[in-house]
Amino acid sequence: MGLELTREEQRMLDGEYGKATRKAMEIITTLGEIYGANRLIPVSSVQIAGVSYHNLGEAGLEYLAEMAEDGKVRVLTTLNPAGMDLTEWKKHGIPEDFAVNQQRVVEAFAKMGVITTCTCTPYLIGNLPHYGEHIAWAESSAVCFANSVIGARTNREGGPSALAAALTGRTAEYGLHLDENRYAQVKYEVQAELKGTDDFGLLGKVIGDRTKKKIPYIVGIKSATTEELKSFCASVATYGGLGIFHMEGITPNQTPVPDETEIVTSEDLADARDALDDEDAEIDFISIGCPHASIKEIARIAELLDGKTVAEGKTVWITTARPTKDLAIKMGYYDKIERAGAFLVSDACCAVAPLKGRFKGLMTDSAKACFYARGKNKFKTEIRTVEECIKEAIS
Amino acid sequence: MRLEGRRIFKGKATGEVLYTEEDISFYGGCDPETGEIVEKNHPLQGQSVAGKVLVFPTGKGSTVGSYVLYALKKAGKAPLAIINRATDPVIAVGCIISEIPAVDKIDIEKLRTGQRVEVDADNGVVTILD
Repeated sequence: MGLELTREEQRMLDGEYGKATRKAMEIITTLGEIYGANRLIPVSSVQIAGVSYHNLGEAGLEYLAEMAEDGKVRVLTTLNPAGMDLTEWKKHGIPEDFAVNQQRVVEAFAKMGVITTCTCTPYLIGNLPHYGEHIAWAESSAVCFANSVIGARTNREGGPSALAAALTGRTAEYGLHLDENRYAQVKYEVQAELKGTDDFGLLGKVIGDRTKKKIPYIVGIKSATTEELKSFCASVATYGGLGIFHMEGITPNQTPVPDETEIVTSEDLADARDALDDEDAEIDFISIGCPHASIKEIARIAELLDGKTVAEGKTVWITTARPTKDLAIKMGYYDKIERAGAFLVSDACCAVAPLKGRFKGLMTDSAKACFYARGKNKFKTEIRTVEECIKEAIS
Repeated sequence: MRLEGRRIFKGKATGEVLYTEEDISFYGGCDPETGEIVEKNHPLQGQSVAGKVLVFPTGKGSTVGSYVLYALKKAGKAPLAIINRATDPVIAVGCIISEIPAVDKIDIEKLRTGQRVEVDADNGVVTILD
């Protein structure tokens, strides 16, 4: 095998640091061998996915409990959303037995020293790597954001491999850790004006659907907010399985510019919108915050909902990270949102909560949320601007 | 006949082959309690992987699939061993966490359902016994 280990790494593999570390090192080295890595490299930050009890099930929980017997994380490690708001779940109609099991999952992670942030936007609340930093993140939208917008380096980890990186502080050097796998392969010329998170999500779908894993170099975007970029990242990762992209004038990575050019027109974006809009959608659920809403987005939503009332028969979830919710409480945004009859839900989102069968149609500004609402929850969907979503909620 | 490949996860097992030319997604594609393949129109739909030497090209689908292999092991319904053309990370991680012997880089067309084989994952070798 070409994979060489340091003495300490070998000791981890031999079990000298305990059972969980040995298992974790087996995962890291096996992946390294499969992908032809020559060595392991230290990582300074980990984001773990596979937190909702809905996805993990009893077996996943059992595995985590087994790892938690003697496993401790060695680097800053944060956690993806859970299936519910960890404190206000009852109010949101989450069943008691699910809540008990979800708490057990979070406790197993906490026992290992994982910071139980429960958010898909770790970069907004204190797990923010810098340019060039090697990290091991799961959560496809955050992977794409870290690689592309920040310029950190991570592969698209799964739940167990991210946990393994946390327990060993290592990952194998392959894939997106190496320069040659990060360069653009096809140019996308965007000939359309984009405005808002929904438009950026649609662009992510157009490029994701078309690019067949080829890394895009996107030109023609004059400006983009952090919120629009997180929406784009989530969508291009969902529809295209991409871990990195380049956007001229906006993202920091250096790359040769490819010759092969694709054009994206406003008709393409309109087609993507049509594809996500179900004609007969009966909207009874409105959700914003996929990926988790920033404090700026929540401030805007609070302003839109101030003094209004959510219509009879409609449920509104604004999903975010707990520290952002705490800030929203302090700023009075929470009260404005909740007084209107909407929910500011932390720790969870509409894609991982156990919502199947509860609603008929989802309206959202997120192309990624549409994908999971259809596939997992069998909802019909409509994608609209944040303003239109709120208007629908109160009409 | 002896087929040589590469160790993914250590261990030895002897048993009957269950073969498919179709990739397998354990998450959503295999019942974690019974081991039955439930993916619609999959050639193995309705058959159980429990106690078999499961032979398929590679894995597909969600990374949660690794936990399904773990669930099968806990339920006593896991395959005895896994043989792939090219193991993907979801299957590799699943085999490691559930301690299922696994090899890849095997010429899987040489195998067929019902054959008895010995899998020596430590050395990455599969031997057809009949």
